[in-house]
Amino acid sequence: MEWRDEGLVIGVKRHGETSAIIETLTKAHGRHLGLVRGGRSTRFQSLLQPGNSLGLVWRARLDEHLGSYAIEPLHLRAGRLIASGLALAGVSYLGALLRLLPERDPHESLHEALEIIADHLDLADVAPTLLARFELQVLAECGFQLDLERCAASGSRDDLIYVSPKSGRAVSASAGAPWRDKLLALPAFLRSDDSLAAPTVSELADAFRLTGFFLERNLFGPRGLPMPDARRAFLAAATK
Amino acid sequence: MAESVAGPEIERLIQLLARLPGLGPRSARRAALHLIRKREQLLAPLAEAMQVARERVVTCHICGNVDTRDPCTVCQDVRRDPTLLVVVESVSDLWALERAGVLRAPYHVLGGTLSPLDGIGPDDLNFPGLLARVGEGAIREVILAVNATVDGQTTAHYITDLLSAYPVKVTRLAHGVPVGGELDYLDEGTLAAAIRQRTTF
Repeated sequence: MEWRDEGLVIGVKRHGETSAIIETLTKAHGRHLGLVRGGRSTRFQSLLQPGNSLGLVWRARLDEHLGSYAIEPLHLRAGRLIASGLALAGVSYLGALLRLLPERDPHESLHEALEIIADHLDLADVAPTLLARFELQVLAECGFQLDLERCAASGSRDDLIYVSPKSGRAVSASAGAPWRDKLLALPAFLRSDDSLAAPTVSELADAFRLTGFFLERNLFGPRGLPMPDARRAFLAAATK
Repeated sequence: MAESVAGPEIERLIQLLARLPGLGPRSARRAALHLIRKREQLLAPLAEAMQVARERVVTCHICGNVDTRDPCTVCQDVRRDPTLLVVVESVSDLWALERAGVLRAPYHVLGGTLSPLDGIGPDDLNFPGLLARVGEGAIREVILAVNATVDGQTTAHYITDLLSAYPVKVTRLAHGVPVGGELDYLDEGTLAAAIRQRTTF
């Protein structure tokens, strides 16, 4: 078995004295692990860092084997990312989030979005916005898409400022007024039609409260996993 | 499976040697044979040294270094600058810095780095000891000598946050071109760090 693809490193584990097992989100093969022989050498160590994009050739005798990767550098970001606390927390969190995806299940749009986020993870003005949207995208790819386009009660597309925690659907200001204490706030920048609006700190907090609620309920909770510490560290760095 | 050519005692010696870093079954067999050939000159003193090490090696309660005394030789050295503290990931890093001999300062060994993938969290590392030492008030600068990896630098940022409540200067090692390194062969990240941290010539 052999394929060629490109992937972004989301995790690295030592294997024996000289090798490493890397976990990548690939373009066409989803989250995929593989052994890199000599991966702990000085030649490879700078390449095998989370956040770097690599060209990958995967080989194995059988499809279900772990297999080994031959790698070449495509876009090495780790050197830039390790200078920023925000980016480091973001990289760790992205790894924890993407580990919720089943292995070898292709998610090309997530890979595309991940490349964009990784390029901007050290920029405090855009990284939180991109990450909040990415969380929505992960929820959607895992089958828990939130409907933020129209009001669940009235069908209206205007003045959507709440999300129902029960249904995951948007609710307009007028329809949601009687239950506003029970509804989650929907910041404008999370709705697709307001994509260029720059969020305030309180809007960011609302956005992560919203995505965090559904991530915990639908993805982390059922697997018996706590919300990652790296998410809290990212939010703390983003709102500092 | 190949039949064993030696008695169980020798096979056991080979098996144990094969578990050492850098040795596989073949090289362990060669090492065992060499030890047996040099029984008096090498095997006996090695066995004795290992026995002594087993009995006497302890972990320093102050810094986490390994030594035959507690506090360790480094912590007992009064010529070291008590206003500095060098934080390292492991004892091997401490030994590496001591080999370089550029800094006469006490150390603090964390015992690893934060690594969610390996399940290593703040509770698994020696952060309380670090805070206690800084809290004593004599230390003016903490040098974070951790690896230039994502895990290493995540740990460095975590420590920086922990120490923000204390009146100490927190510094870290520079990242850049290694001695003997050729620019053509360096990754973009290292080159970018080297440019950012350039110094006046």
